[in-house]
Amino acid sequence: MGQITLKQVTKKFGDVEVIPPLDLTIHDGEFTVFVGPSGCGKSTLLRLIAGLEDMTSGSMDIDGMDATSVPPSKRGLAMVFQSYALYPHMSVRKNIAFPMRMAGMDQAEQDKRIEQAAAALNLTDYLDRKPGQLSGGQRQRVAIGRAIVREPSAFLFDEPLSNLDAALRVGMRLEISEMHKRLNTTMIYVTHDQVEAMTMADKIVVLRAGVIEQVGSPLELYHSPRNVFVAGFIGSPKMNLIEGEEAAKHSAASIGVRPEHIDVVESGGMWTGTVGVAEHLGSDTFFHVHETGLAETITVRTEGDIMLKHGDTIHLNPRVDLIHRFDAQGLRIE
Amino acid sequence: MATQHSRSAARLMMAPAVVLLLGWMLVPLVMTLWFSFRNYLPLRGGDLGWAGFDNYVRFINSSSFWPSVSTTLIIVGGVLAITIVFGVLLALLLDQPMWGQGIVRILVIAPFFVMPTVSALVWKNMFMDPVNGLFAHLWKFFGAAPVEWLSQASLTSIIIIVSWQWLPFATLILLTAVQSLDGEQLEASEMDGAKPLQRFGFIILPHLSRAITIVVLIQTIFLLSIFAEIFVTTGGSFGTRTLTYLIFQRVLESQNIGLGSAGGIYAVILANIIAIFLMRIVGKNLDA
Repeated sequence: MGQITLKQVTKKFGDVEVIPPLDLTIHDGEFTVFVGPSGCGKSTLLRLIAGLEDMTSGSMDIDGMDATSVPPSKRGLAMVFQSYALYPHMSVRKNIAFPMRMAGMDQAEQDKRIEQAAAALNLTDYLDRKPGQLSGGQRQRVAIGRAIVREPSAFLFDEPLSNLDAALRVGMRLEISEMHKRLNTTMIYVTHDQVEAMTMADKIVVLRAGVIEQVGSPLELYHSPRNVFVAGFIGSPKMNLIEGEEAAKHSAASIGVRPEHIDVVESGGMWTGTVGVAEHLGSDTFFHVHETGLAETITVRTEGDIMLKHGDTIHLNPRVDLIHRFDAQGLRIE
Repeated sequence: MATQHSRSAARLMMAPAVVLLLGWMLVPLVMTLWFSFRNYLPLRGGDLGWAGFDNYVRFINSSSFWPSVSTTLIIVGGVLAITIVFGVLLALLLDQPMWGQGIVRILVIAPFFVMPTVSALVWKNMFMDPVNGLFAHLWKFFGAAPVEWLSQASLTSIIIIVSWQWLPFATLILLTAVQSLDGEQLEASEMDGAKPLQRFGFIILPHLSRAITIVVLIQTIFLLSIFAEIFVTTGGSFGTRTLTYLIFQRVLESQNIGLGSAGGIYAVILANIIAIFLMRIVGKNLDA
């Protein structure tokens, strides 16, 4: 079990209100990702849930029990830190055993759980090494192992992949997702990387300045962003946001078109411009198009085999039914 | 430092410094060795010739030799214990955010800047004097008879004085070590269910082990040779005669340079024995 409910939670550091009143429910077994630009309060929110920070006001329930003033170790949550926070003087085995040792679990049970965790995480050969002798990915696994053995009701991840290189990050992303499917435990995952959010989450919580901008499944956020911020934040490359006359044609203050929803056509099309930078990824090509008569540079995502170069003229035709419209407050118009 | 050429150039340029340092160390050592085998009495005829191992035999057979070794070890051990225990506690305290932190830190470090002679005199006259000392007044206030610190508890007094001088050093080194501890480790251990004392024992203390090692090694070097504090306070009486002080007495009070030099060589041997033991016990902490 691991249902977490936040009610009117606020957090102030001195006079600075980092998190204005916030309500959120995380259901049992859900993989929830907090995503937002740096400084948006997502880590603070996670630390409030963990109990490492005290709430200024509001309350929190875990499985229906009030946990607002329960100390961190009694909340039944396990956390994986950005720096992994392994204990450098202890072997991997002792690191993983530490929470069980603190709980006074008997040795046989400890050994059993360590063996299981080590087998699941490919750490069996490294149990007697010190963290300093492990690679970044292995340290990450030890940190996860230390969390797993506690059999917590929810896992908290604080940007766990940001210290890994790109290839490892993709691998660990999969491993964490698979672990979630296998354990079926609630997981709360903080990241600033929207790709991680989109690929892993059952539910994404987009935060800006401590305020929840939108909560929803990855595809909900992709298909119907509630406002301009979410529209710009979710999706890669970023959505083209166009203001002014062009938006007025669609009777909106601004419109958004995703780069993958613009077709490159031989002639005609709604916009004609010049290719600035062409990024060829093989599978896809991203064109940054200038001089379309719009103030904004338009990014287009096309098939990889369209061979246009810098300076070439390009004709673009956005798919009108997939244009997002926003009003003057930046809110979505249906 | 890649090429053969630059390496030999580097050696050449380092040579003067190496020669100077080596000479600086070797000349006094060799002279001490030389004198230790001579019958050298400056006021009673000067250098009276070869003495063989007489000086060594006499020094070690003197009734004051073994007591002086044990006094030395007690003082070193006592000061180390006090400075490390209180150093760790003070470092943890000073690491807490508090009002006036900067000033408090300077105040804590201040005793280290007081010269040994001065601090010994201050302690002797202001605190430990049985008539006018602050301790005497304190004892009298509670109706007790004042303690004659430097005669009744002479060794304890010296340990207190020296600890007071070296506590800032230990605190300073340990404070920097405490500050370098990754806060996430403490938070992780807190989430893992470790109580404050367990966090101290399992996380903070192991993290400090390297700094403690350094404090132990450096302080031992200096504590083996403390002199001014004893000279100013008890003058070596009441069981406070360390090996250093004994050598001083042999050379200057008995005017026997040969005997003193033999004692000096024993002191070198003792220091090396302690160094070997220390490196065995705590040196492994220094491996990264």
